[in-house]
Amino acid sequence: MQSADVGDPSKANKAVKKSVKKERRKEKISNKGDSSKSQQQQSVQQFDGAVAPKSKAELRAERRAKQEAERAAKTLKKEEQAKSNKAKGPQVSANLQVDDPKVQKKAAKKLEKQQVPQRTEGHKKVTLFSHLHQYERSVSITKDIGFGSTGIHPAIIKLGLQYAEGIITGSNARCAALMNAVCHLIADYETPPQKELARHLESKLKPAISFLNQCRPLSVSMGSAIKYMKIKITKIPSDMSDDKAKQELISDLQAFVHVNITLAKQAISNSACSKISDGDVVMIYGSSSLIIHVLNAAFKTGRNFRVVVVDGRPKLSGIRALRHLCRAGIKCSYVLISAVSYIMPEVTKVFLGAHGLLSNGYVMGSVGTSLVSMAAKARGVPVIVCCEAYKFCERVQTDSFVNNEIGDPRDLLATDGSSSGPLIKEDAYKNLDSLKVLYLTYDVTPPQYMAMVVTELGMLPCTSVPVVLRVRSFDT
Amino acid sequence: MHWSRDELGDITIRRCFYVSEFAQEREQQDARFKKMDQFILDLKQEKFNGSYDLAYKVINHLRKLISQTRWAHAKELMGVIRKEGKQLVAAQPSEYVIGNMVRRVLKIVREEYVRLLGKSEEFANTESLHKMLTSAETEDEKYMKSLKELKTTVMEAVSEYIDEMDASIHNIAAQAIEHIHSNEVILTIGKSRTVEAFLKQAAKKRKFHVIVVEGAPLYHGHELAASLAAHNIETTIITDSAVFAMMSRVNKVIIGTHSVLANGGLKAVSGAHIVAQAAYQHAVPLIVLGAMFKLCLLHYSDIGGSEATFNRLASPHRVLDYYKAGSQDLCNVQVYCPTFDYVPPELVTLFISNIGGNAPSYMYRLLSEMYHPNDHEL
Repeated sequence: MQSADVGDPSKANKAVKKSVKKERRKEKISNKGDSSKSQQQQSVQQFDGAVAPKSKAELRAERRAKQEAERAAKTLKKEEQAKSNKAKGPQVSANLQVDDPKVQKKAAKKLEKQQVPQRTEGHKKVTLFSHLHQYERSVSITKDIGFGSTGIHPAIIKLGLQYAEGIITGSNARCAALMNAVCHLIADYETPPQKELARHLESKLKPAISFLNQCRPLSVSMGSAIKYMKIKITKIPSDMSDDKAKQELISDLQAFVHVNITLAKQAISNSACSKISDGDVVMIYGSSSLIIHVLNAAFKTGRNFRVVVVDGRPKLSGIRALRHLCRAGIKCSYVLISAVSYIMPEVTKVFLGAHGLLSNGYVMGSVGTSLVSMAAKARGVPVIVCCEAYKFCERVQTDSFVNNEIGDPRDLLATDGSSSGPLIKEDAYKNLDSLKVLYLTYDVTPPQYMAMVVTELGMLPCTSVPVVLRVRSFDT
Repeated sequence: MHWSRDELGDITIRRCFYVSEFAQEREQQDARFKKMDQFILDLKQEKFNGSYDLAYKVINHLRKLISQTRWAHAKELMGVIRKEGKQLVAAQPSEYVIGNMVRRVLKIVREEYVRLLGKSEEFANTESLHKMLTSAETEDEKYMKSLKELKTTVMEAVSEYIDEMDASIHNIAAQAIEHIHSNEVILTIGKSRTVEAFLKQAAKKRKFHVIVVEGAPLYHGHELAASLAAHNIETTIITDSAVFAMMSRVNKVIIGTHSVLANGGLKAVSGAHIVAQAAYQHAVPLIVLGAMFKLCLLHYSDIGGSEATFNRLASPHRVLDYYKAGSQDLCNVQVYCPTFDYVPPELVTLFISNIGGNAPSYMYRLLSEMYHPNDHEL
């Protein structure tokens, strides 16, 4: 029984399956009774219309044929699956397919298996973003988490809560905190007997990362760090002792943070300082740890400049930057983003931080970055983006809709404390069906608004991102 | 005439020496002056609620002035109005509507005078060489004929203008259907009564989606959004920072304005300039709604001078809270809270006013229909 042609494997498959099933049913019937097999087979065969009773050798041959048929059927099935897998193409993350119920069911099952708590979706969703999660901040994500050896490590739980509450913000801080927590996890990790460290550790890391993703979607910097982690884990030689492997891993991860964040910061400061001259008025947006470091370093070299801090609601992270700069003694001004046109005539340079750089040259930053760059470009003010090289990612994106983080809309409304004031109250928001509130976290800026990107590898145009990615992939 | 309290006291002492009828007249004049003082005080303290309200109050005040003061001929009337107008403008220089109303009334007076004399309006406006050489009146004698019906006709014309002003929002809203198609996404910023009426009128016949930019630090956008959502218009509130991100999905930007400058530029709410720039970058048309009385004679100059009266800086408390700023750290920070923005005419696609739609390059022409060139300097 061979499959006839390529076009008809399914039909042949079905025919084979049917015949196999028939044979099996016949065997069952034959095995039930007390009478011998041969007799039963003879009677069944008589029922089928076969002429003479068969010998043992013939029966063995029949059985062998059956087995071969089954084996052929199995290989056919595998081939089909492989073909259908190829047709699927690269997998899109379930976080971008929230409007597809099948994908969401699968993702929910996966989370349950990993014992990761799920977040509740918001009541009122903005339809333009129905493909993204629109969560509402819950009281505690972790109230159903159990403590046990099969659960998530407490350092990771603590980290997740810090992300969710907004205690740790900023891509560098989040990445460094992640590496720190994972080092704790590795230090406390014990390989169970008869399991390999590399494989089992990875299976421990997966639920941890899912949990962190649930608390707050992973940033580009964290994604980069996790990729590095996985590569290092797979490269552990199988003959190394567990203790030594763990130590090496921990030192590797710490080195990652040191090289890519701390040393890169210093390198970028050195080159970016040369771009600030005496008498400059530098505009920054929000709070970026790297930009603050650059400005402090420039001020220490004795340059005379002042800073305009532009801030956006509702995070108002510019106040943090303001504090850092004022403590260093730099003269500062502060405006909200609606006043950017008012203050732009005074500004000579704009320095922006980035959350990540995409492969098509677009810069992903906190929402409002694109507005500031556009306003600056319109007046001929150069925009300089400072970004570490580990934040470059292979993703491509042309607008801020396809991939973004939607925050809790209640953050934009009136807080419980202020009873009067122009902001809409939460109950008014709930009662009005047609009213939606959108809290975007990121936006993408096209490369034509930016003069250059300062990285530790030098000062590059925005479009050089794929080149840098290639170079880095050869290094690791 | 501006009487201070001491002078008024003086007058009451001197009153004893006046004959009774003069005393009565003086009393009436004092009362009138007190009322006008009160109005000027109100202007200084900003006891008005938006440009419609202010325009209405100013023109009613001028109407009272015309009816209550004594004047012999048109030139004297214009002198009285001009004097009062100067005081009003000095009381609140950043509100251009006051000056607009004064000049409009002066234009009305001129028109009515000419009409009563029997000549056409066109004639009064054109300054042809022929007219200058052959005119019956010299510059000094112009407008000095005393006409009995002038007062009543001027009062009628002013009342007509007030009615036109009242109906302006309604007239603008009636044009809404021509400009909004179904399933559109419209972006607006801040709270403008004209835009609100416009969108509500269009929502009666069409289904569309409105994105409202909240407009920090005054957050007027929240009020507008609540009002629109109560009318079952699909509304979404976004922060100012998300404007560029959302602009690629917007079909039209419709904003109101505080005033329209002589070159077609706008003095609009803070944040309107970046909205206009973002719209320009995405080739989204920017439509500005405003009644004709918002059109003023002034130009915008970047360099000094008009900056002092162009923008108004509100209390920085709205931007950086006293309590949030807290400690010693932030005591040397300069905080700015501008309330207005200048939007250049290149970024504006269309003006819709109560007399119809116009391109910004045409606005200067409408000025000559509203104000007389001799009134440009009060």
